[in-house]
Amino acid sequence: MKNKKMKPGEVFFQSLNYLLFGLFTLSCIYPFYYLFINTISSNDLSAAGYIKFYPRDIHFDNYFKVLSISGLSHAALVSVYRTVVGTLLTVGASAFLGYLFTKKEMWGRQVWYRSVVVTMYFSAGLIPWYITMNNLHLTNNYLAYILPSIITPFNIILVKTFVEAIPPSLEESASMDGAGYMRVFWSIIIPLTTPILATITIFSAVNQWNSFIDTAFLMTDTKYFTLQFLLWRYLNESSSLAALIRNSPDMAASIQNMQTPTSVRMTVTMIVVLPILIVYPFFQRFFVKGIMIGAVKG
Amino acid sequence: MGVTTGELIRKVQPVKRPRRKMQNKYKLFFMALPFLIVTFIFYYLPISGWIYAFYDFIPGIPLSDTPYVGLKWFRTMVSNPTQTAEVMRVLKNTLAMSSLGLITSVFPVIFAILLSEVKAGWYRKLVQTLTTIPNFISWILVYALAFSLFSVDNGVISHILVQFGLVGEDFNFLASNSNIWVTMIAWYWWKSLGWGAILYLAAIAGIDQELYEAAEVDGASRFRKIWHITVPGIIPTFFVLLLLSIGNLVNNGMEQYFAFQNAMNKDSIEVLDLYVYNIAFANNFPFATAVSMLKSVVSVVLLFAANTLSKVVRDESII
Repeated sequence: MKNKKMKPGEVFFQSLNYLLFGLFTLSCIYPFYYLFINTISSNDLSAAGYIKFYPRDIHFDNYFKVLSISGLSHAALVSVYRTVVGTLLTVGASAFLGYLFTKKEMWGRQVWYRSVVVTMYFSAGLIPWYITMNNLHLTNNYLAYILPSIITPFNIILVKTFVEAIPPSLEESASMDGAGYMRVFWSIIIPLTTPILATITIFSAVNQWNSFIDTAFLMTDTKYFTLQFLLWRYLNESSSLAALIRNSPDMAASIQNMQTPTSVRMTVTMIVVLPILIVYPFFQRFFVKGIMIGAVKG
Repeated sequence: MGVTTGELIRKVQPVKRPRRKMQNKYKLFFMALPFLIVTFIFYYLPISGWIYAFYDFIPGIPLSDTPYVGLKWFRTMVSNPTQTAEVMRVLKNTLAMSSLGLITSVFPVIFAILLSEVKAGWYRKLVQTLTTIPNFISWILVYALAFSLFSVDNGVISHILVQFGLVGEDFNFLASNSNIWVTMIAWYWWKSLGWGAILYLAAIAGIDQELYEAAEVDGASRFRKIWHITVPGIIPTFFVLLLLSIGNLVNNGMEQYFAFQNAMNKDSIEVLDLYVYNIAFANNFPFATAVSMLKSVVSVVLLFAANTLSKVVRDESII
């Protein structure tokens, strides 16, 4: 192919193709870049709209200021907490239940498996869900962030499919040696399913980090607010943002680095998005592989 | 007929260790039980809340003290003209955005086909990696990005467009009622196009390379190769996803519309899920429940219709 001379139509097609993908890719990352250079540039220049392609008068004041707002750092802790604990439990439960569902000898396996999978397609609706959560005393309660996500049908399907592809002889030889289900799960299934567990880990961590509706509905006490929820409030309620800027300790800020509603908004957005951008490259190869495994079975 | 090995094993095994088998049967069930209970509590128990649709329920007052009103809330949907108009408006928005989504669901297919035609491997990888990032951020964050790019006073893109006289000074992307359906679909694809293409790229990677070589020998052009080899290769995947989205015709979810809604665009952006949320926050719990109940019923019916369709067309069921 390399030595062949390309026809004009071919050249045109290829360049157009490269160009289109270049533009779309740029549109996918420019917003993040734009936000970043604006948060580290002089707030004055940023407010005047001068910061478009590269940062100027670089400073990190915005980040220190915004993180020193007490409600915000607490919200960051809540977000981190629900992400870490929620993800651990979700991955553990998905792995274990997915493994159990591969055991044909389980009593009523098909019925249980179907009843878990079917929940992907229907829901009772917002109000019945809210009333149930309320009756279970999960309003203003950390458990509301963690318990409902434990069972995520899609994860369970992924694990089950993956475990079924492992040669059964491995498990058989282990149980021949006297290993029980738990033993097989810990020493054989967990090590062999790491790729799919990594995929589930990133899915569920991203879900937890991005979750918003549950806070909006179930939490009225500020101590349960997450970063996403605060960001949403700052985007919509200029009053709460103004109060926050007024109350922030304004010690040695030079005039040009004064926080404005826009700079606070942008900085909070950046703080919420950064963990995802940082973790993403490490997990990318896993979840592309993982989702393809899921795709093969449909 | 003789007995096959498989049958023989099946016949022999239960006799071998019946007691242990029996124990394992229930042991496994009890190991799964805690998780099944969680499933029941968070997915099945809320269905009992549908009962609120039949009462004049007011939050804070126990259900036993509220009057039973039968189908009153369902009737208001059809008998009260203002209410009917509201529901029709919301239904129109819902179906408009769902059908736009269905029509444009060929986008990831086109994306995948064109990307697979890119020769430079590093470029393909780079595009694939960077275009999947937006899929992992929340709609609130998408809105925050949109806000900083498109808002009237600070948005860089609004600035540029006004500078070049492409739009008027007062044009506000985020608070405009016109074109909101198209804008919403555009944001949707910005967020999910790269991710949606991954499945199709996997399907394309699975196509036998010999087919392409054979076609090349026969003198097939690029377009012919795409049309006769690549497209048939990914049609099954496309079909499954299309059928699944039919089941979700009335479920657009609400986070996207919730993040982008404001007083100006509310009329055209309110889809069923968001509508339920909004009336629930106006404290009309029974009506909100009635609407979401009908919605669930409709989507289950649609799912079964899609399933039947799948069985007829592809001889395979999706659930």
